[in-house]
Amino acid sequence: MQQDALFEYLLRLGDNTLVLGHRVSEWCGHAPALEEDIALANVALDLIGQTQLWLGLAGEVEGTGRSADYLAMLRDVWDFRNVLLVEQPNGDFGQTIMRQFLFDLWHVLVLDALQASSNTQVAEIAEKALKEARYHLERSSDTVIGLGDGTVESHDRMQAALDLLWPYIGEFFEPDAIDLAAQENGVGPDLSRLEAAYREQLDRVLKQACLTAPTDFFAHKGGKTGFRHSEHLGHLLTQMQWLQRAYPGASW
Amino acid sequence: MYAQMVKSTGQGVKDPSEMTDQERAFQERIDRGDRIEPKDWMPEHYRKTLIRQIGQHAHSEIVGQLPEGNWITRAPTLERKAILLAKVQDEAGHGLYLYCAAETLGVSRDQLTEDLLSGKMKYSSIFNYPTLNWADMGAVGWLVDGAAIMNQVPLQRTSYGPYARAMVRICKEESFHQRQGYDIMMKMAKGTPAQKNMAQDALNRTWFPALMMFGPSDAESVHSAQSMAWKIKMNSNDELRQKFVNETVPQAEFLGLTVPDPDCKWNEEKGGYDFSEPDWSEFFDVIKGNGPCNTERLAARNKAWDDGKWVRDGLMAHAEKKEARRVAAE
Ligand SMILES: [Fe+2]
Ligand SMILES: [Fe+2]
Repeated sequence: MQQDALFEYLLRLGDNTLVLGHRVSEWCGHAPALEEDIALANVALDLIGQTQLWLGLAGEVEGTGRSADYLAMLRDVWDFRNVLLVEQPNGDFGQTIMRQFLFDLWHVLVLDALQASSNTQVAEIAEKALKEARYHLERSSDTVIGLGDGTVESHDRMQAALDLLWPYIGEFFEPDAIDLAAQENGVGPDLSRLEAAYREQLDRVLKQACLTAPTDFFAHKGGKTGFRHSEHLGHLLTQMQWLQRAYPGASW
Repeated sequence: MYAQMVKSTGQGVKDPSEMTDQERAFQERIDRGDRIEPKDWMPEHYRKTLIRQIGQHAHSEIVGQLPEGNWITRAPTLERKAILLAKVQDEAGHGLYLYCAAETLGVSRDQLTEDLLSGKMKYSSIFNYPTLNWADMGAVGWLVDGAAIMNQVPLQRTSYGPYARAMVRICKEESFHQRQGYDIMMKMAKGTPAQKNMAQDALNRTWFPALMMFGPSDAESVHSAQSMAWKIKMNSNDELRQKFVNETVPQAEFLGLTVPDPDCKWNEEKGGYDFSEPDWSEFFDVIKGNGPCNTERLAARNKAWDDGKWVRDGLMAHAEKKEARRVAAE
């Protein structure tokens, strides 16, 4: 795989975990119960840890000396390659946990496939991250089911969250030149095969959660290519990158 | 401390001749160094005082997430972000162990939470101060976790078993937090001039509030005497404060930072530092609810609890439905 395409591919993996990890960390100290505070911090922590690995490798592949921190803290919106789903605001707890579930389901499938990557460094990171992602998925799907099949209010909030986030699922599976290059070189999986597995598992969980999948398959896109992020990402970066931007060159 | 000015409910220490046989046997067990366990008989005042103390300590861990949570989304590197997240997660875990310890005394976590949110129960004054620059994450770990350790290490030997065991787990993590805090301070103090300013600014604002954590002098307090007789308070406030200053001043010097107290100097005769008392009128203002962040802290906890109600109710309803389905299937 061409070095610049591989770099882009790794940014996608690392930016997804970075941006979602950041979003989840915004909950710290404000969750609905102590156990949720602990669990959300744990998810954020795992995602930030995975970010260090993916962006660290991206920097190595790029070969110009940019570190994981540099890539996280000193790129602007248009250079980010995360899907639009993960930059969506936390909303209520229902939106946060639905976003997490929709991501975790994809994450497990993609990491599982990446364990067989022709790039051994990618395979190694995927193997380590998969253990964490499986745990995240178990927890987020249980919570989606619990709240979907809970009270009338919790059900309605989960349905609203699903309706809101539904149009952001499609971006995962729409392949572009980078995805196809990864697939051709055996670095990454065939996205259409992942999608079939994703939809099947999604249906199963939604059924248990008494939630109804919208029938419209429209999909927003522009996150993973970096062409057009949502307005939310800039605000997230403003906060995340502030110290590095305000005090350039300092060591922390 | 994390539990400040806890009032024992008694009138001070009873003379053994005034005690009932049961009370005398209880005090003798404590004097021998026995651990009191949840099923053992205990005086009502002992139980109530412990609920207040452990509850206040638990609340401090929970509210203590907020001043540090304030910087998680602005941490300057991925590693610092991960370390801070892990620390705040530990604090939530400490809250959980302590609520569990309090529950063994017959009070529910929900009840304690309601009492925190209504303002009926207190948490440590220190968490009502703002964290204004990144070096505060260093100062909090170094000084606040450091002060907590001074108090909590002796509490590992406290008379109530579940509390003592919670302290053993907690102390290990607190000393880790303190080292991480000092490490941030070191980076800042040895960094650029702007970073050094942040470090000094954080120390200037945190020093006296950290000294206040130990509470006002309690030499004459009947409540302290009773708590010490019961071994749920192990040292006097002044004793711990002096120990803290003795350990911390050389650490500040090593950082090249100045403790914001011109009268702080080594006293050869007493083998410790002389230092100025904090402004106790400020302390009492904070305790009364007039600290710089009391309103925000309590509002944040109330909002989290109120906004989370539908989630807790939903998960509870689901658990009940699941159980009903299981029973119906049998
Ligand atoms: Fe703690
Ligand atoms: Fe701590």
